Amino acid sequence: MSAGTLYDKVWDLHRVAELPGGSTQLFIGLHLIHEVTSPQAFAALKDLGLSVRHPERTVATVDHIVPTTSQARPFADPLAEEMLATLEANCAAHGITLHGLGSGRQGIVHVIAPELGLTQPGMTVACGDSHTSTHGAFGAIAFGIGTSQVRDVLASQSLSMGKLKVRRLWVEGQLQPGVYAKDLVLHVIRTLGVKGGVGYAYEFAGPAIDALSMEERMTLCNMAIEGGARCGYVNPDAVTFAYLQGRPFAPSGEAWERAVAWWTSLASGPDAVFDDEVCFDATSIAPTVTWGITPGQGIGVDETVPTLEQVDPDERPLAEEAYRYMDLRPGAPIAGTPVDVCFIGSCTNGRLSDLQAAAAVARGRHVAPGIKAFVVPGSEQVAAAAEAEGLDQVFTAAGFEWREPGCSMCLAMNPDRLEGRQISASSSNRNFKGRQGSATGRTLLMSPAMVAAAAIAGQVSDVRQLLPT
Amino acid sequence: MTSPSFPMGPITELRGRAVVVAGDDIDTDRIIPARFLKCVTFDGLGEQVFADDRAERPGEHPLDRPEVQGASLLVVNRNFGCGSSREHAPQALMRWGIRAVVGESFAEIFYGNCLALGIPCFTASHDTVLSLQSALAAAPAQELQVSLDPAAVELSDGRRWDLELQSGPRQMLLTGQWDATSQLLAHGAELERTARALPYLNGF
Ligand code: SF4
Repeated sequence: MSAGTLYDKVWDLHRVAELPGGSTQLFIGLHLIHEVTSPQAFAALKDLGLSVRHPERTVATVDHIVPTTSQARPFADPLAEEMLATLEANCAAHGITLHGLGSGRQGIVHVIAPELGLTQPGMTVACGDSHTSTHGAFGAIAFGIGTSQVRDVLASQSLSMGKLKVRRLWVEGQLQPGVYAKDLVLHVIRTLGVKGGVGYAYEFAGPAIDALSMEERMTLCNMAIEGGARCGYVNPDAVTFAYLQGRPFAPSGEAWERAVAWWTSLASGPDAVFDDEVCFDATSIAPTVTWGITPGQGIGVDETVPTLEQVDPDERPLAEEAYRYMDLRPGAPIAGTPVDVCFIGSCTNGRLSDLQAAAAVARGRHVAPGIKAFVVPGSEQVAAAAEAEGLDQVFTAAGFEWREPGCSMCLAMNPDRLEGRQISASSSNRNFKGRQGSATGRTLLMSPAMVAAAAIAGQVSDVRQLLPT
Repeated sequence: MTSPSFPMGPITELRGRAVVVAGDDIDTDRIIPARFLKCVTFDGLGEQVFADDRAERPGEHPLDRPEVQGASLLVVNRNFGCGSSREHAPQALMRWGIRAVVGESFAEIFYGNCLALGIPCFTASHDTVLSLQSALAAAPAQELQVSLDPAAVELSDGRRWDLELQSGPRQMLLTGQWDATSQLLAHGAELERTARALPYLNGF
């Protein structure tokens, strides 16, 4: 059993009571809500005659359903308009802060909470969205919950939870130029499988992790859930503190020093005990692309789509399903696969450094004929920062559309969607069948720089060949 | 579709017919495609369950077979319910009529979401699930009985397999305390004590 890890320490600090079913009641330090998973929870609260216990620990934004072309109200889609209006009414009725459209703070929930300094080391963070694991980048214990758990957190600021085991993923070496946190996490999921992390929290550590920026750490933790781990985290360090300092909701003045001391004390100590440990070498990882219908079906851009014989016997039925659905030939190189749509954005890769990496590839080049390419910043702040650097100009000059912030084609609950059998190069996190808005649409996951490279070539290509040497 | 009464109170056993949805890694995007998430209530989700899979093979999807209409038990394979945390997935299954699921393994969030609705997710070995599935393929309209303690499934012809149900969830279901909200609200004083000791809520 794990001991002395950040996970253990944070768990113990937030333990309220042991519950009859053997689970633990855990205090939730930060509850993030959005328009898709909260309306039913508020309705249930009302049915039970309950109020929101800690509205000041609850923060809302709107991201999933917002259009990225015109955000004028009312939205063209009446259902989307109803969802946002419901969120606005619920927040007003319960005294919850809503970072709405045009506030300068709106964006994808997992982008805005970190950039506002709401997410901090040592917190428990819950949100009705599976990519809540993102916030673990700060050394928080953060996990996605379902709508009835959203109701529970609203009502009681706590959750009934079972403790996870802790696996340390130790990453040696350094990522090479053209290789990003996205490639690292796709490589981890490819290696350990989409179910490999079930029952575990993932602690990412080692020299390669220490060298990552906060935004890269967010990309990494964001996709822990795709590897089956409900939460992933990185121990807080100087990089974390430098990122947080001066953010609107971060501690300041004398409290800052005390906060840093406390945060530092939470990191897994040298004698921490893990339930399991797996080592990786970052230096050997290539830009990684998925070829199938789960994020675990990934390969290096210089590899070929695995043949049935190369696939683990257990995974063969899924591989066969993926061949049929994706219409990619086993044994063929993934590089050179033609794409129709290129999407840069999402809570995985919609932050400033992601747009910078993609813009570095797009600068002075042009999207291939017939390709629809678009960039959706993760938040209003990301959009403003990117525009201040002129990245929007770089993208539009290269033939990309520059959009308003939101989740967009990550899950296509807004008008941004694939059509028919279209195949996309996408910087998002899920390549499930039908994920991007068409029941037969296909998704190749990759880093934002690789998406930009695919847009320019009109096909999957190795971004390393486009980078200045 | 008229909605059958939803789970309430202690749950000790379930009876009914079963529907098999075979395959590993069936994610929540397939159980309920994202476009159906645009709703402010869960009503109506029962008709949309597996919408894309069903549209792909009109009339052929297991859920569309006449003999399983009204079934209350779902039999699946590995890692069922992976992907998005959307509770719309168990809600859609529940509204279609499902009251218990048997499979080789489940994604954690899906499992928790089901429990919160009073829907037990039983696990069983690969071989057990396969033999159950083939027994159902041979006689799809038969009645089954599933019990929680001991966890087992029995066919009308007397064949019986042991299942597994984690002890925590089992206790919660047997005692009717799977409704977490009331349990959580019972510890108000302890909750405030925990909050008072947290540095980030108290100026560090
Ligand atoms: S960007 Fe995608 S994964 Fe992230 S919160 Fe939005 S829909 Fe979910």
